[in-house]
Amino acid sequence: MTNQSNSQVTRRDFLKLGVGALSALAVLEIGGASLLFMKPRTLEGEFGGVVNAGTVDSFTPGSVVHFPNSRFYLIRSQEGGFLAVYQRCTHLGCSVEWEVDKGQFFCPCHASSFDMVGNVQNPPAPRALDTFPVTIEDGQVWVDTGTIQSRDTFAVEQLAYAP
Amino acid sequence: MSENLSKNWKDRLIYTDRVDDRGRMRAVANNLILHLHPTKVPAPALRWSYTWGLGGLSALLAVILIVTGVLLMFRYDASVERAYTSIQYMETQVFFGSMIRSLHHWSANLLVVTAFLHLLRVFYTAGFKQGRSANWLIGIILLLMVVAFNFTGYLLPWDQLAYWAITVGTSLLGYIPLAGDVISNLLLAGPEVGQGALRNFYAIHVAVLPALLIVMMSYHFWKVRKDGGISQPLPQLDEKGKPVERVERLTTIPYLVRKEFLAAAVLIAFLAIWAMLVPAPLEALANPTHPPNPAKAAWYFMGLQELLLHMHPLAAMILPGIIMLAIVFLPYWDKDESDIGIYFRSNVGKITAVFGVVLALILTPLLVFLDEYWIDLPAILPGWPVILSNGLLPLLLSLGGLLAIYFAMRLVAKANRSEALVGLFTFVITGFIILTIIGIFFRGANMALVGVR
Repeated sequence: MTNQSNSQVTRRDFLKLGVGALSALAVLEIGGASLLFMKPRTLEGEFGGVVNAGTVDSFTPGSVVHFPNSRFYLIRSQEGGFLAVYQRCTHLGCSVEWEVDKGQFFCPCHASSFDMVGNVQNPPAPRALDTFPVTIEDGQVWVDTGTIQSRDTFAVEQLAYAP
Repeated sequence: MSENLSKNWKDRLIYTDRVDDRGRMRAVANNLILHLHPTKVPAPALRWSYTWGLGGLSALLAVILIVTGVLLMFRYDASVERAYTSIQYMETQVFFGSMIRSLHHWSANLLVVTAFLHLLRVFYTAGFKQGRSANWLIGIILLLMVVAFNFTGYLLPWDQLAYWAITVGTSLLGYIPLAGDVISNLLLAGPEVGQGALRNFYAIHVAVLPALLIVMMSYHFWKVRKDGGISQPLPQLDEKGKPVERVERLTTIPYLVRKEFLAAAVLIAFLAIWAMLVPAPLEALANPTHPPNPAKAAWYFMGLQELLLHMHPLAAMILPGIIMLAIVFLPYWDKDESDIGIYFRSNVGKITAVFGVVLALILTPLLVFLDEYWIDLPAILPGWPVILSNGLLPLLLSLGGLLAIYFAMRLVAKANRSEALVGLFTFVITGFIILTIIGIFFRGANMALVGVR
């Protein structure tokens, strides 16, 4: 009672504050649980999992092969390096198509185009096509479609070579 | 008590009290209809040319949508494998399946129109004034919910139209800095539209949004009554401060209810005939590898998609965002209550509105053509990052243009703030409608400008 001027928190205030804080905590918990409940679902072996694309030798250098179910194009450069690009246009998410005769990826939604390594040739696409990590083990090419890597332009380091 | 209660079962549904001389007044007070409406309404508020019945029609459409939507839930299967076939089955095998789906589809589209027109009506009669700012905000939220309803429902048939419209629509979210990808991943349950997205959209469409809508609609109606009914002009006062003439007040039953029933009957008849003549569209099964060319969003997003062709996506979202915020805060911007209940505020307001329409009719197509064929900002400013040359710069130019129009009305047309805002609002809305029309009818393959087909 000596420092009455300082102790401005009455019992009622304390209880109000306590109930408020506990309610806020409860809302956070329920909200967090709901978010975790709805978190993205992915399946192994399908799009979203690690996909086996085939043997290294089955891809000729300078080729582009489409894996429609796994949503990527596997590109093999003239030097033999592998690059897996996500088929999703970086502008608004339509699927790009590989046009062999023009040597470009073309998006029919808003006419963006990309060259063979995914660099933007024609906007409105803001950046190069996204890629997936490629690993090569025992002559098999594996593509991790669960990890989407965004990039501004192509760089030689993005190519994966057989060890 | 029982001998005094009406023998008529219909009366028992809406009256809770005995029907005798004394009970008749209580019957009025206990009437179900009078929980929604006041017992008396000003005669001028009943004129068709004041409200056009748009709020009531929107509410009726919501009811039709709930009824048909519940029916559809019995036959629809929200899985990637079965969604499309369940709709096909509904279209070909189920009794009245095509009709119910068509009614749901067209009511949903019509609701976007009536809710939007309702907003225009309330704006032009200054219905957001005299302490109605809260209900103005609720109304805007309801309009956004209608759009969210349409957007989530659009995916459910799982045809090409659905798949690509939602792909394009949700990709926009990715351009929100920092949080964009997280929100998009959560909404779609993954990086792209698939089974998770279909389930999420279904749950949001049939459970989350309807629950919210019912709460918000009830609140909207309740607030109309608490705000003293719909907006009406201030009474003209003589020198002594007395009203010059008394505004006639009519009882809700039958004068208002009669009109509501008439409007409802006409709308239901129109919808039924329309739904029979024009079935809801169903395109080919969704194919994630082959987008149609051109891939377009739903028609009510075509204005935004058109804007997107001319600006960096971030700018194309910020510009409508700023306009939306300005509309939300309109009651705080325009506080002049003397012109409430008068269409276009005054004669000056009518002139600024016409000026806004004409200016938008000239400027919008002109700017679209200029940007399409002559001006390429990133090419003119090669050293600049695209987000500045095609994002910030057009955004600032657009906002500057809007401010210039506002001040031109204030200074040249000698409009007061309220009247100038009528002109500015009219310009923005007309421009948006023109962009929508261009997007729907004048964009062909590769989204290039084309003539009417």
